[in-house]
Amino acid sequence: MSTSTHKNNAYWKKNIQYISILLSLWFTVSFGCGILFVEQLNSIQIGGFKLGFWFAQQGSIYGFVIIIFTYIYLMNRLDNKLNKDN
Amino acid sequence: MELQYWIWIAVGLSFSLYIGIAIWSRAGSTKEFYVAGGGVHPIANGMATAADWMSAASFISMAGIISFSGYDGSVYLMGWTGGYVLLALLLAPYLRKFGKFTVPDFIGDRYYSNTARSVAVFSALIVSFTYIAGQMRGVGVVFSRYLEVDIVTGVLIGMGIVLFYAVIGGMKGITYTQVAQYCVLIFAFMVPAIYISFLITGNLVPQLGFGGVDANGVYLLDKLDGLHKELGFHEYTSGSKSMFDVFCITMALMVGTAGLPHVIVRFFTVKKVSDARKSAGWALLFIAILYTTAPAIAVFSRTNLIETVSNKPYEHMPYWFEKWETTGLLGFKDKNKDGLIQYTADTATNELEVDADIMVMANPEIADLPNWVIALLAAGALAAALSTAAGLLLVISSAVSHDLLKKMVMPNISERGELIAARLAATGAVCLAGYFGINPPGFVAATVALAFGLAASSFFPVILLGIFSKRVNKEGAISGMLVGIFLMLFYMLKFKFGWFGGGTKADWWFGISPEGFGTIAMMANFFVTITVTSMTPAPLKEIQQLVENIRKP
Repeated sequence: MSTSTHKNNAYWKKNIQYISILLSLWFTVSFGCGILFVEQLNSIQIGGFKLGFWFAQQGSIYGFVIIIFTYIYLMNRLDNKLNKDN
Repeated sequence: MELQYWIWIAVGLSFSLYIGIAIWSRAGSTKEFYVAGGGVHPIANGMATAADWMSAASFISMAGIISFSGYDGSVYLMGWTGGYVLLALLLAPYLRKFGKFTVPDFIGDRYYSNTARSVAVFSALIVSFTYIAGQMRGVGVVFSRYLEVDIVTGVLIGMGIVLFYAVIGGMKGITYTQVAQYCVLIFAFMVPAIYISFLITGNLVPQLGFGGVDANGVYLLDKLDGLHKELGFHEYTSGSKSMFDVFCITMALMVGTAGLPHVIVRFFTVKKVSDARKSAGWALLFIAILYTTAPAIAVFSRTNLIETVSNKPYEHMPYWFEKWETTGLLGFKDKNKDGLIQYTADTATNELEVDADIMVMANPEIADLPNWVIALLAAGALAAALSTAAGLLLVISSAVSHDLLKKMVMPNISERGELIAARLAATGAVCLAGYFGINPPGFVAATVALAFGLAASSFFPVILLGIFSKRVNKEGAISGMLVGIFLMLFYMLKFKFGWFGGGTKADWWFGISPEGFGTIAMMANFFVTITVTSMTPAPLKEIQQLVENIRKP
């Protein structure tokens, strides 16, 4: 196996790792906090919001935006590293 | 100034802007026509995607629907935004790297088969047509409500405008008009929202005013929960649907978003892979501005509505009440003849019928905003409907001229010939969409869910597996797509249209509504694709190389 294939495999592995972590966050903020555990979280009130309801109608969307921009940041860093190595 | 003048000015100005952009951005090659030349800036593409994505329904109806369903409305908020995470992480960068023009392009090449390509073209056409008919109808409705022309004239004007910039400019024209349309629609949506938020809660940011207090220092959401209980509705902040169904609907909408061809194709228009990721992020940010404001508007207008009408004498209603009564969006019938308006959950005693659309449309009047804001709202609603229609139109025309004609029927067609075919296909598609806009088939509303379910059950699994697995082959993909589509069609036809013996809510499989069934059909697609693949030979070396290649940055 050539070194460049090796580097590409390492790149892909790292990418999969980022994706898995970020997708579990994606699941947690929406399906977790907004749907599956909404009743439990609704017993906590922050300001005028019940927490579960807030996640379902606001928090999950903010979460999605943060997740994508985190991925952009991580992948740009990874791309730069790969370019430097080559 | 008179309201009608303001509206003609706002609509006239925005339309001339779109036409000006179209003339400036004429498409000269098929690459420009299909993917805007592939050099769109990620922020511009993010705006265009956002405008493409947010339809007349998002703009006019969504806040109202949430307003009436409370927590249950969250399925739309999460479902229509969460798909962008899937796009950014799982699909967009790799499809950009693959670097062709359409979704069937990818499926046909990755699964080395024209059968797979045909199935993809078929699905893309069904999904896009069900969607575009609704958009043209939306254009007609907005025209008829604001400009007092009849729906047919409204649809014809809308068709003329879309035809002009989509046929001349192709994706290039569409992209830059969509950027302008995003600016118009978001401005039009936010101005009344900020105003009303300030009026009710004293907070200029609707997203914060949403959790704020009213003039008496009571939390708005607590007050609304209380009002709902009093009138017999379910509590606003908790739902009436089963948790499992909410889960399935949200998942189907998210995955459907990520599988919709007119959304995916937007990511072919940027320069490089990292730009595809970036523009997905920008698109979601631009969409989130509207999607986090809509639930706040829902709460403001719901509280306002109940407080204004409930148990109040009919003759003391503000002037907008009567105005919207004449349009049929509000209806009052004094059943017990006491002169008061009883608004309750019980249909036997309820005296007020409210159309969901009124929550956004009547906002400026309820808040006593100047006429130019109402005019702005009309221009915004038209921008939302037109931008989505144009995006869909492009998918339809490229499916015909590129995927069918160039890739299958006439592979030797010249560049010029293909461009002419693309323009003809776009023209044909506008006319067909206009026809459905004027004579809406009864199934339009019901089939929007079908479009998402179909996209989720056909495209998403095979694109995802095509990128993340080198082993998946054409036998698996074709059987998976077919099982997914037909299972979804079967369920929709059975429970939405009463075919195959029909059925009621009690007969739903595992209690899943047709809207949420895309989740099950998608899992069936995954299961069939993987099972069939494991029993048939692996794809050739070249295909595995292709997959290897799209994974590199």
